[in-house]
Amino acid sequence: MTLTTDDRLLYAGADWNFDTIQRVHDAIERIAVDDMGLDVYPNRIEVITAEQMLDAYASNGMPLYYKHWSFGKHFVQHEMMYRKGMRGLAYEIVINSNPCISYIMEENSTTMQALVIAHAGFGHNHFFKNNYLFRQWTDADAILGYLDFAQKYIADCEEKHGHRAVERVLDAAHALRTHGIFRYPRTKVADLRSEEQRERERHANQERIFNDLWRTVPGGDVQLSSPSSADRRRALLQLPQENILYFLEKTAPRLAGWQRELLRIVRQIAQYFYPQMQTKVMNEGCATYCHHRIMRRLHDDGLISDGAWMEVMHSHTNVIFQPEFDDPRYSGLNPYALGFAIMEDIERICLQPTDEDRAWFPDIAGRNDHMAVLRDVWANYRDESFILQFLSPKVMRDFRLFHIIDDAAQPRIRVDAIHDERGYRRLRRALARQYDVAWLDPDIQVIDVDLDGDRRLRLQHRVLDSITLEEGDAQRVLGHLADLWGYDVMLEEISAENGGKLKEHTASPRHRVI
Amino acid sequence: MHIIDRRLNPKGKSLTNRQRFLRRVKAQVRQAVRESSAQRGVQDLEKGGELSIPREGMREPSFRRSSSTGIRSGVLPGNKDFVEGDTIPRPSGGGGRGNEGSPDGGGEDDFRFVLSRDEFIDLFLEDLELPDMIKQRTAASDQMVPLRAGYSVSGSPANLALTRTMRNSMARRLALKRPKSAEIRSLYEEIEALERTGRDPQRLTALRATLADKLRMSRQIPYIDPLDVRYRRFQQVPKPVAQAVMFCLMDVSGSMSESMKDLAKRFFMLLHVFLKRRYERVEVVFIRHTHIAQEVDEDTFFHDPQTGGTVVSTALDEMLKVVRARFPAGDWNIYCAQASDGDNTTSDNRRAAQLLADTILPLCQYYAYIEVGRSDGGPEPFGLGSRDRESDLWRTYRTIADQGGPMVMRQVRHRREIFPVFRELFRRASEGSPTP
Repeated sequence: MTLTTDDRLLYAGADWNFDTIQRVHDAIERIAVDDMGLDVYPNRIEVITAEQMLDAYASNGMPLYYKHWSFGKHFVQHEMMYRKGMRGLAYEIVINSNPCISYIMEENSTTMQALVIAHAGFGHNHFFKNNYLFRQWTDADAILGYLDFAQKYIADCEEKHGHRAVERVLDAAHALRTHGIFRYPRTKVADLRSEEQRERERHANQERIFNDLWRTVPGGDVQLSSPSSADRRRALLQLPQENILYFLEKTAPRLAGWQRELLRIVRQIAQYFYPQMQTKVMNEGCATYCHHRIMRRLHDDGLISDGAWMEVMHSHTNVIFQPEFDDPRYSGLNPYALGFAIMEDIERICLQPTDEDRAWFPDIAGRNDHMAVLRDVWANYRDESFILQFLSPKVMRDFRLFHIIDDAAQPRIRVDAIHDERGYRRLRRALARQYDVAWLDPDIQVIDVDLDGDRRLRLQHRVLDSITLEEGDAQRVLGHLADLWGYDVMLEEISAENGGKLKEHTASPRHRVI
Repeated sequence: MHIIDRRLNPKGKSLTNRQRFLRRVKAQVRQAVRESSAQRGVQDLEKGGELSIPREGMREPSFRRSSSTGIRSGVLPGNKDFVEGDTIPRPSGGGGRGNEGSPDGGGEDDFRFVLSRDEFIDLFLEDLELPDMIKQRTAASDQMVPLRAGYSVSGSPANLALTRTMRNSMARRLALKRPKSAEIRSLYEEIEALERTGRDPQRLTALRATLADKLRMSRQIPYIDPLDVRYRRFQQVPKPVAQAVMFCLMDVSGSMSESMKDLAKRFFMLLHVFLKRRYERVEVVFIRHTHIAQEVDEDTFFHDPQTGGTVVSTALDEMLKVVRARFPAGDWNIYCAQASDGDNTTSDNRRAAQLLADTILPLCQYYAYIEVGRSDGGPEPFGLGSRDRESDLWRTYRTIADQGGPMVMRQVRHRREIFPVFRELFRRASEGSPTP
């Protein structure tokens, strides 16, 4: 690459061109692949302007997305924050696809571009390709194709059925988006490619089943109230069902075919983002760890100047800054900071373990091959299990973490555990639970519907720790749900501890046909 | 690795989404635009800007766990001096987590966002229209531009429509069965071959006869006939006038106070914004007058105090002079806005009325007269300026306005009236005639 010592720098100054980017990328790739053993999708780097970055923000970073007013709302929000200087733009957006697409902004300096390539193009990229959740749930090869299909299909629907009609369905589907996810893998991995065609077949089949059900109801037959037939009915409808959107798509009596397909699209996309929700800390931690290591190595090798290294450090420390809980800037734990700290600590435990580490992490303490340990961590954990397994007492002490319990029945908040010998394990469990999506999202299931009677849809929320639903929002979502279902809907909140009924919400459809 | 330069990709991918959002909350946005335009100076009117609207109609609800019930737990960083078992008073305002207010939305902040200049002005000037604009501007223009209009059989060679000509020629050749050159060539070749071998003399003669026939036909039916030739035809159409000039006439004599001038200025500004929406190019001419009139720049117009009598016709004369010198009526749409407190030297009223009715109005697209009163709302120093009492100039002008013609007149006494009056003057014809 370079021959003389003066000439070893990959670049000089802040201005870059495509050659510089290529050179930087190649140097980073050598470190990432040879030194760190990362396994990545091919990279595709797209240069965009700040304005385009704002556009990308509004559509979850996706290069194509269907049209909906809510994206416009997010757009104007980001735009205002950006214009007023309240918030800078992300330096990059990266998409879990094959090839892995990273957007970089034109106004960044060369150093920043290098940092971004190391962070997104190798850190995130490796994580996407190797983490078990992404492997299990997302189809990196087909996502762009599916989004393209979704966009065209929805545009088509708008043409045929009008903006308002489509918007109503999408509004309702978006409200239920968090409950349109399969949390356990089903028999087949999602194959978005054949989705469209398979959908037609499955759909036709389901409709046949659905019609059957109607024909089996002779006029005025009351036998259905017998327990066995109620069980059979539930079994036919695959109840209880926690994927509400799926249930509506398959069972809602009054939806037209295209409306079902819209529900399906929203559901599929929510499913695609499901792993990202569960791996924020790990994903960002992995990317931050990678860029830090790669950039340090570039500097050690004399490939970037001291000035550039200072710029990297400036940016890096900004990214991993963790304000304390009483700081006005505090808005929760910074996933970059937490993920990076734990991963750095894993490296330390592997290389220079203390006695405490030997006691806590007997299987990795003193294992010199920290990259292998980290690669294994990146591949096989999600936030919750990662924290539960690898949050070390040292990191808890460094962050000065403490656990509080806020019982609405008590006048004061109680400190349950702090970063001391007694508290480490409880603290760690509590923090891990904060990242467990299954615990964060309310557990709401469709439990029963009497299709022969009043067709009232019954849902149940199993209330944990007596935390009921946010009343106003619950009522609004239920309204949307009733619109889709076409008949009355009832949601009861049941205490998970003793089965007692805490609350009940009901809603009726507002539009004749949504 | 690939690097793709997307910087030149079409911008505004979010534009549709943004428009959809604005459409959804249109009623609230319109309200907010009106409110904010009342607050801001007319100078800033065009800048677009930040709006805040209630969140109703743009909620994205989801099933969420409440932030005020049950037993919640959290892990926070930055412990200072807590130890296990400590109790802390609950922070007021519901703590750090959960920022959602009451279900009726009363506890939430309004949604704030920035409207672009165009969006702002669009909403601001919604339902407004320049009266009689299209009719007059085409009728009044002298310049012609050529516009493509089909084909003709005559024209200059430069305008020859080659494709059309060849199409006609091909159709004719097919219809008349003009022999193709390939056909003739193959005949030649066959004849040549037969001549060389000397076999089948009978066929040779037949072929020769056919050849002669075909050659004759291709001579008689030309490849391109003058009949086929077409030329691109152009039609002369009058060129629409896409430029406008706006005359701001104002009385700057001592009787016009600063606040009156401010009112006038606001009206002029609105008109300017409005014209700029409609025309590619808008020129503004400021003419101030006391008992003499002169054309001045904007700053002098609004801020330079003058003393003297009030003779309105001088301003009209000055305007005519400028129109003749620089803005021929055929090329320019002329708008005129006059602001005055209504004073005029009595002897001048007749002359002003005559000048306006006979010379100025026929030139103008629109003539707006704004009579400003005191804005302080306090008792009028001389008991003048109340709505009931009409000024000299008002009475004079009303006789002209009553005869019809592109003239309107209004009285304005307070800043907040400017916008309603402006809207009233320019609202769409379907909602009522703009003339008083």
